[in-house]
Formats: sequence, C-alpha cells, structure tokens
Amino acid sequence: MNFIEARKLVHEYFRRDEEGNVEGILTALDGVDLQVKPGEFVAVLGHNGSGKSTLAKHLNVLLRASEGTLWIDGKDAMDEEYLWDIRRSAGMVFQNPDNQLIASVVEEDVAFGPENIGVPTDEIWKRVEKSLSSVGMLKYRAHSPNKLSGGQKQRVAIAGVMAMEPKCIVLDEPTAMLDPNGRREVLEAVETLNREKGVTVIFITHYMEEVIRADRVYVMDHGKVVMQGTPRQVFSQAEALKSYRLDVPQITLLAYELRKAGLDVPEGILTREELVESLCRLY
Amino acid sequence: MSIILDKVNYIYSQGTAYESHALRDVNLQIGDGEFIGVIGHTGSGKSTLIQHLNGLLKATSGGIYYNGRDIYEEDYNRKELRSKVGLVFQYPEHQLFESTIFEDVCFGPKNLGLSKKEAELRAFAALRSIGLPEEYWYQSPFELSGGQKRRVAIAGVLAMKPEVLILDEPTAGLDPKGRDEILQQAAAMHQESNMTVLLVSHSMEDVAEYVGRIIVMNQGSVMMDGAPKEVFGHYQELEEVGLAAPQVAYLMHELKQHGLPIDTGATTLEEAQASILQVFSGRGRNQQQGTKQEML
Repeated sequence: MNFIEARKLVHEYFRRDEEGNVEGILTALDGVDLQVKPGEFVAVLGHNGSGKSTLAKHLNVLLRASEGTLWIDGKDAMDEEYLWDIRRSAGMVFQNPDNQLIASVVEEDVAFGPENIGVPTDEIWKRVEKSLSSVGMLKYRAHSPNKLSGGQKQRVAIAGVMAMEPKCIVLDEPTAMLDPNGRREVLEAVETLNREKGVTVIFITHYMEEVIRADRVYVMDHGKVVMQGTPRQVFSQAEALKSYRLDVPQITLLAYELRKAGLDVPEGILTREELVESLCRLY
Repeated sequence: MSIILDKVNYIYSQGTAYESHALRDVNLQIGDGEFIGVIGHTGSGKSTLIQHLNGLLKATSGGIYYNGRDIYEEDYNRKELRSKVGLVFQYPEHQLFESTIFEDVCFGPKNLGLSKKEAELRAFAALRSIGLPEEYWYQSPFELSGGQKRRVAIAGVLAMKPEVLILDEPTAGLDPKGRDEILQQAAAMHQESNMTVLLVSHSMEDVAEYVGRIIVMNQGSVMMDGAPKEVFGHYQELEEVGLAAPQVAYLMHELKQHGLPIDTGATTLEEAQASILQVFSGRGRNQQQGTKQEML
C-alpha cells in the first residue's frame, strides 16, 4: 500500500474583497496525482508559485483539497477524525526557521514536540540528544535560538521534527538559507533517516544538486505534475526543465554541452564521478 | 571613490554572557565599480560586515572611510551614507508594505526628503530598470511571485540611487530562473552604471560566474581575498571552513588526477567546457594526423 495516495487533487485559493465577495480564484493544485511508497525518497521540483508548498501543506492536512482524494498512511485526509494521526505520522519542516522555533533554549524547543504527544521524560532527552547530534547542533543545546544564525536555526527546526520520529517527513525548501556545508549536513541527515530508519521523505527544493540521489523526482508547473521519473530520466531533459523555469545540475549541464559539441558523453550524467569516468574512457 | 576598512572589530553583546567577537581586525579596500562576492559559512561575519558598510552597525574599534571621509566623525552625514550604500537584506520582500508596488518603491526616495515628483521619477526609473511590466505597477506587491517581489524590493533600494549596492543572499529561496534574473540584473547594473556591487552568497557557482573578486570570511576575519580562480584554487582550505569550490573546479582536478593534461583553473561552466574541448581537440587532431599518415 502506498504511504501517500493522492488522486486528482485540486486546491483553489479564493481572493475576496472587503465585503467577502469572491474577486478571483487561483488554482494552486490542478489535478495532482502523487503516489509515494513507504520508505521512498521523493523530491519535488518546481518554480516559485508552481504549487509545491500548497501540495506539501496537504500532506500534513494544514490545507484540505477542494476536489480529489488524499490518503496518508491508509487514512483519509478529508476525515476530521484522522487529523492528528496524520499530523503525527507526517512531520513537516518549513522554509523559514524563525516561524518554527518557540522555546528560549534549543533543547527545550526540540523537546516540545515529543513532550506534547506524551513521550516519557527519559525518552524525550534521548530523542533530543539523538536528533540534535544528527543535524550537528548538539553543542548548541543550551543556547538560545535567537542567538543562532539562520542556518543553525533551520537545523534545530529539523531536529524538532526528527524528535517526533514520524513515519514521513515533508521538507519544504529546508536548505534555502544554508551554506554549502550546512546544506550537505542537512541533506545527509535526512538521507540517513531515510536509509537507516526507513522514514519516507518528501523533499522540496530549488537546488537541483540535492535531488540526484532521490528515488523519484516530481516536477510541478502551474499546479500540475508535468514530469516524473528517476533523477536520471528527469535531468536528461534539460530543455524541458528550462521551460519550467528550472535547471539541471551544473555537471549534467556541462555533460550536455560537451555532447552537443560532439564528444561522445552518455546522456543523463548526474555526478562528477560519472563524467570523469566517461571522459577518461574517451581519452 | 572607495570604501576602506581599517582594523575593524565588532563585538555583539559586549560584557554579557553572550558576548561574541563577530569581526576581528578586518582590513579591506573596496574600489569604485568592483563586483565582489562575499562568501563564508553561516556565522562567519558576512552579514555583520556588510551592515558596517552603510553605518547600520558601529564598529567596536577601528575606522571606516567612505570616499576618504571617516564615517564615525561626529559631523558625518550617516543618513546620506545609507542612501549612497544601498543594502538589500535577506528576504527583502518581507519588507514590502505599501498597497501598490509603485508607492512601495517611492518610499525610500521620499524618506530621503525628496519632492513627490522627484521620488516618483526615481521610482519610474528603478521599476523600469528591474524590467517589471508596467501593468503590474499599481497592483499590490503581495500578488507577485517570489522572484518578482524580490525584484520590487531591490527597486526600492535602487530608487535611492546608491553608488554601492550590497545584496545579502539575493537568490535564497528563488527558483533557478529567478536566480538567473536577479544575478543578471545585478551584473547589468554593475556594467551599465558602473555601480559597485557586493554579492553575499552561498552559491559558489553563482559567485564564480559573476564576480571579479571574492572575499572569504571565516570566524570574523578575512581569510582570503582575490580573483575567483585564485580563491577556488585553494578548495581544500575552503572545505575546512565549511565552504566549497564550484562543482566544475573539482571536476578539473579529478580529470587531472586521472591523467588528462588539462588546465585546472576553470571555475565556470564555459571555462570548463573550453578546457575539456581543448584537451580533446588536440587529441582529435593527432588522431587524424595519425590516420592520414597511415593512409599515406
């Protein structure tokens, strides 16, 4: 059974004037089908305003669809009864960490989630330690979140969700503000969680390099899923991605340009290792 | 025209338990019309540094000279400095607040004490320079896309007619097309009006592509300062401080390690492409000559 099963999902935002009359309708999701198996690492790409974040909010039932069906972990997301079950099994990390940290000390912030669902105290502290160290923030456990930089705050926010030990985490551009090292650490932490604990991951990003190890990639445009497949399948279509305001990883683009210039480099190269290998073979 | 920083130190929350030394003896000279990239891991002092350049933060010790004048002198007009050195913060679109885009862009120049007419003329010019279609100008800024909002926020700073433009991570959270648009805009302003541009960025690929000089910050000090080729040549040292070189720079080194006679200096895609094709074209010719000789 799929962990996430979305069929023909539609979401409309209504714009109203001061009297409450509808001025306009924006269709943010326009018939989205999404199937995610338990333990999969699924990346979602799309330009600003393509509907990625709206989709993410449905997976945590922060929004409910105008039309279509959505089942998460075998539960109907439209059914009020399952709201808290679904939120517990699908944790969410947002883009701006400032909106997610609430406590005055880092470790208390991470403990907030598990404490709220009644985890015993000993277990809370174990989880806090484990999740903070998995994002490289353990040495800041006694600091105030206010004194951290943006990247550090984001890692604390991710630790907070990890401490809930959810079956699935949905990350909405979690690395947008991090430096290369921070980005790598966060991505590695998420990948480890996926690989070792079998946590299902929905990873939304604008950095093409971050999705090359994903199991599958979905590309969204104007509220629709316009491409899906393995990273190799998706990134071998450089022109199509550009038409959706996206790009391909720098190495893939270089391989593509070299191929255009007449070198016999295979299609859909994703990593430096692959390109080095194929160039050495040619030489 | 230049900005000179002389042994600038800055300490946050001095005398409290949270005291932190954010800048340590920073010496820098920023010349007229330069396009500079500022890189460093989170917490390295980049944002603290740029807030000194327009006087938002006052150095704990040391001096800053703008066009030869000490900005900490008592009679120095620091309000004017803030219009000369335009600072675009991270996520500047969060600072949009007026009911129309046009009014929002007028806010800065009006605040400078300019007449309504002059402020509006500047807003016209600024909005035109960011390439936002005129039909949007009298709409609410909140209905624009992320990238458009950010460009409007940048227009708000441009309308102050700064001599120096500082962009603090201007592409964070934007899609690849939006990133290119913002950076091309910055490059165009640098070229056309000879504006000095400082670009704070976490994207080494972007920095390599656009700037002529890179300043690397680490633990509040200037760790490296030079052309992209020079700085990214020290990629191992960059990694030690949480940074990296562009992907193609690594590729060049790896190809060389595998025995290809390649120039390892490339830092952009175009340079890498040229270097690789050069290696293969040389070989291609040799091969052709070989076959010709065989045929003869």
